[in-house]
Amino acid sequence: MIEFNAVSKTFRQGVGTKLLRQYASDLVSGRSSKLFYALREVSFRVETGGSLAVVGHNGAGKSTLLGLVAGLTQPSKGKVAVEGRMAALLELGSGFHPELTGMENLRLNASLLGLSRRRTAELSDDIVAFADIGDFIREPIRTYSMGMVMRLAFAVAISAEPDILIVDEVLAVGDQAFQEKCFERIRRHKAAGRTLLCVSHQNAMVRELCDRALWLDRGAVVREGPAPEVLDAYAAHDSLKGPA
Amino acid sequence: MWNGDYLFLLTNLIQKDFKVRYRNMSLGVFWSLLNPLVTMGVLTFVFTRIHRSAQPDFPVFVLCGLIPFNFFSLAWSTGTSSLVENSVIVKRIAVPREVIPISTVLANCVHLLIQIGLLLAVALAFGKGVNRHWLWLPFLWAMEIVFVCGLTLLSSAVNIFIRDTRYVVESFNAVLFWLVPIFYSESDVPPRFVAVYHYNPVAALVMGMRYVLLEASAPPLSLLLKLSATSLLVLGIGIVAFRRMERSFYDYL
Repeated sequence: MIEFNAVSKTFRQGVGTKLLRQYASDLVSGRSSKLFYALREVSFRVETGGSLAVVGHNGAGKSTLLGLVAGLTQPSKGKVAVEGRMAALLELGSGFHPELTGMENLRLNASLLGLSRRRTAELSDDIVAFADIGDFIREPIRTYSMGMVMRLAFAVAISAEPDILIVDEVLAVGDQAFQEKCFERIRRHKAAGRTLLCVSHQNAMVRELCDRALWLDRGAVVREGPAPEVLDAYAAHDSLKGPA
Repeated sequence: MWNGDYLFLLTNLIQKDFKVRYRNMSLGVFWSLLNPLVTMGVLTFVFTRIHRSAQPDFPVFVLCGLIPFNFFSLAWSTGTSSLVENSVIVKRIAVPREVIPISTVLANCVHLLIQIGLLLAVALAFGKGVNRHWLWLPFLWAMEIVFVCGLTLLSSAVNIFIRDTRYVVESFNAVLFWLVPIFYSESDVPPRFVAVYHYNPVAALVMGMRYVLLEASAPPLSLLLKLSATSLLVLGIGIVAFRRMERSFYDYL
């Protein structure tokens, strides 16, 4: 279960330059940085076993929303309640190291996602089989194509059996056959009563996988409701403005 | 929240650091031995042929200083930048954050073990046989590691907010080379400063090792107490400061 109750998240503008010189000049000039709202009064609820698509342009606040769900950061205002064991965040193999082999990265990533040593050993054959990248599993990740990195990342994340699975654009990278395999695993994840969160600009994938959708624009909720409705409205709005 | 296998995660992160560092070196761990051996040779030449030192067994003496200092400076500086370098993990996966600087420090211990092996071999070669006081060595080193972990927790967190921190750390290390008795001994230090030296865990470790290896005696109790007090205090401060700052890591990375 994920519940956001009037959640706002602010960042200080200009924290990009984190040098001593900057702090000193701010102190001398008495200037204080402006607040920037990444999320503004966002409320929604996803029941356990439910699925939600989050759509919106770059800078709409999607990543911040995911960060809050995953417990990486706290809201500035409002309340975030998340029930269930850790969320697997898919962003093209976060935590993969280019110099390590596929197998070494598999173990590292599994441990980051919270799998035990024993469970990782039990699952690693299945993960390798699902990723289906052949002998590349013994090569450093830097020799992989985008698609191969994504295959391995997805295979590890779905095998970790998180209570909340978070999927982003990533899935658009793979070929048709692999995408179908992923969809199948995601359907099984849902069938097992686990929660799903999809993030996308706009994608056929989210229509197929998600029951509800949340449309964000500059940190605020434009619309929340059944997926087809919200996604149609978002698509219509998008075509009016022309391709971003 | 994250409730995974802490030990499995820690060993994987240590292995990652270690493998990444050594994979592209054709001589591998041999480099761990070469650096202290060359420095030992040069310092021994300078202090026995140019600036004649009365210190017997100079190579053992100088290695007792070099190895703790090298470990400290390397572990501290790599640990300080560890959170920024692993920002992908901090920003994407809800692992307990302290595991990142701690694993970076511990990855340096692998390197350290090889160098301690070298030191003990050189000590034996100079006729400094094994004595019961060698049992103090693991304690001395453990306190050193506790100290570096505490300091690194603090500096790696501060480095997220102020990115110049790692340069400050480098400058500190450069100064520390002279303030740790590497090529001079405790007896060269004016008596009123000796107490101050004992409060510096790096200096205290060097002095403690020399008591054990060169004089076959236990380190004085006051040295052990001061070393432990400083190390544990710094670890405590590091943990508390890290806990306070980690809430804002995401926003500043």
